[in-house]
Amino acid sequence: MIELRHLSTGYGTHIVAADLNARLKEGELTSLLGPNGVGKSTLLRTLAAFQPALAGEVFVQGQPLGDLSASEISQKIGVVLTERLDVRNMTAYDMVAMGRSPYTGFWGRLTDEDRQLINEAIEQTGIGPLRERSIQTLSDGERQKVMIAKALAQSTPIILLDEPTAFLDFPSKVEMLRLLKRLAHEMNKCICLSTHDVEMALQLSDCVWLMEASGRLATGSPRELASDGSIARFVSREGVSFDAESFTLRIEG
Amino acid sequence: MIFFSFLSLIRNFAVKKMRQHAAIILLTACAVLLVAANLLWGSLDIPLESVVRILSGESESQNPAWRFIVLESRIPQALTALLCGASLSTCGLMLQTLFRNPLAGPGILGIDAGANLGVALVMLLLGGSLGLGGLSLGGYVLVVAAAMVGATAIMLLLLVLSHTLRSATMLLITGVVVSYVTGSVISLLNYSATEEGVHNFIIWGMGNFGSVSLAHLPLYAALLLVGLVAAVLLAKPLNALLLGERYATNLGINVRRTRGFLLCCTGLLTATTTAFCGPISFLGLAVPHIARMLLRTSDHRVLLPGAMLTGGCLTLACNLLCTQLRQGSVLPINVVTPLIGAPVILYVILKQNKYT
Repeated sequence: MIELRHLSTGYGTHIVAADLNARLKEGELTSLLGPNGVGKSTLLRTLAAFQPALAGEVFVQGQPLGDLSASEISQKIGVVLTERLDVRNMTAYDMVAMGRSPYTGFWGRLTDEDRQLINEAIEQTGIGPLRERSIQTLSDGERQKVMIAKALAQSTPIILLDEPTAFLDFPSKVEMLRLLKRLAHEMNKCICLSTHDVEMALQLSDCVWLMEASGRLATGSPRELASDGSIARFVSREGVSFDAESFTLRIEG
Repeated sequence: MIFFSFLSLIRNFAVKKMRQHAAIILLTACAVLLVAANLLWGSLDIPLESVVRILSGESESQNPAWRFIVLESRIPQALTALLCGASLSTCGLMLQTLFRNPLAGPGILGIDAGANLGVALVMLLLGGSLGLGGLSLGGYVLVVAAAMVGATAIMLLLLVLSHTLRSATMLLITGVVVSYVTGSVISLLNYSATEEGVHNFIIWGMGNFGSVSLAHLPLYAALLLVGLVAAVLLAKPLNALLLGERYATNLGINVRRTRGFLLCCTGLLTATTTAFCGPISFLGLAVPHIARMLLRTSDHRVLLPGAMLTGGCLTLACNLLCTQLRQGSVLPINVVTPLIGAPVILYVILKQNKYT
């Protein structure tokens, strides 16, 4: 669905990560892990075409990302970002409806089909009770779910999420990841998220991309990366050890 | 149970729509009434009956001076005020969305200071002969063009700085600095200008809807209508921009091009109103908030017409107030507008503090 070939990401002449090779598959939840500052967000931004690749290429459904028009990209890739929205007087329903923008005409009028897709997205994410609530009155977790519903209404085969579990309390983090996993499996979406919640990501993801401090991108199933020691190299330090069997961290007092 | 909650949902939705329709209809009615009021009452006392007669075309029997005032002064003035209010409010709304900042507006961002400077250059450097009253159509075009260059230059500067301008404080400070700089350049120009030029410029600076004569009205109206129609056509990208540049890009909006259009549109509207009516303070900043309160939506397809109508109504009301406060003379419009604008700004700041 998405393929990275010798991709270099960065800004201008400053390369953040070089020679990345990996794939994202449909129907799978992929977690992007790695220490702060290693370039996870930069990679996601490059995949979403917010910034150009410095070298190499990203292929989306076999086509180079650079060859796709803005409108084509908006119908292939949906995003959920970390930036806090400061919109007043917009209901959750209106926000989800924004996801239909790539398909609506000049004036943005919704058709019956659009409305049906919006309602399905609301149902899938379980935000029905929030429909008419104003965005600014929602909690972080609720707002995050509304943005996921927006991405679903966008009807893209690929959804990229930048740290969707940040700012959430523990039960909400679990709920968020389980929701994303269910959407990937049931709707056959290709979903990729960056996160710092290592244990949870390992337990719930189908696939893991691990950006190592060395700049290498290790990919594989959680089991593979746990048993080849990549995860341990990433998280283990003095006082912290990783149990590859149970995907858990142990902190020694 | 589920059925009932579904029903209330539909009702809520319908109520919201109805409320918006009602508000728009009400605002339109207000605008019509206020235009009528501006025709009926002016600085000079003309019997209502005579005004109605003159307006209905039976003007032969009427006092020719009254006829002149109603047809050549009150009609253009009312239309000028209506269009000016609609334009500045539209600018304010577009700027607030573009900069994602509730305190953005043509005045506070220094865009009309840029237009001011352009006008000052033409009016003061080219001598006192260019007082607006005696300007030919060509002279007007020159003043408008100068205002446009000034306004667009400031807009470009703001766009370049816009990444650091996310915070309200930075934005306000930049606007104040820009206004100071243009102010000092204008003082310098005043210093070397003729007495007549300075006088004309000061009068112009107080804001006046009476300065657009019937002959100049078509040019003024045409320029503003182009800007207003363009603004309405930008409703969909503006809605996407509410979510920020990245989300908008992801929704297939060409953000760079949209910004360019918004730049031209606000430049045209601010420059035209400023060149013709003088710098009108606070309206552009305050009206979008009033429109949002009335319509309770962030959807530009509703907000843009709403802000235009609200702005038109408020400006007509201000104009009426200016002619009625002191019998026999007209107060400058900028005496009244801050009285409406300042409370709205305070309200916005207080409300922001509540959320953060």
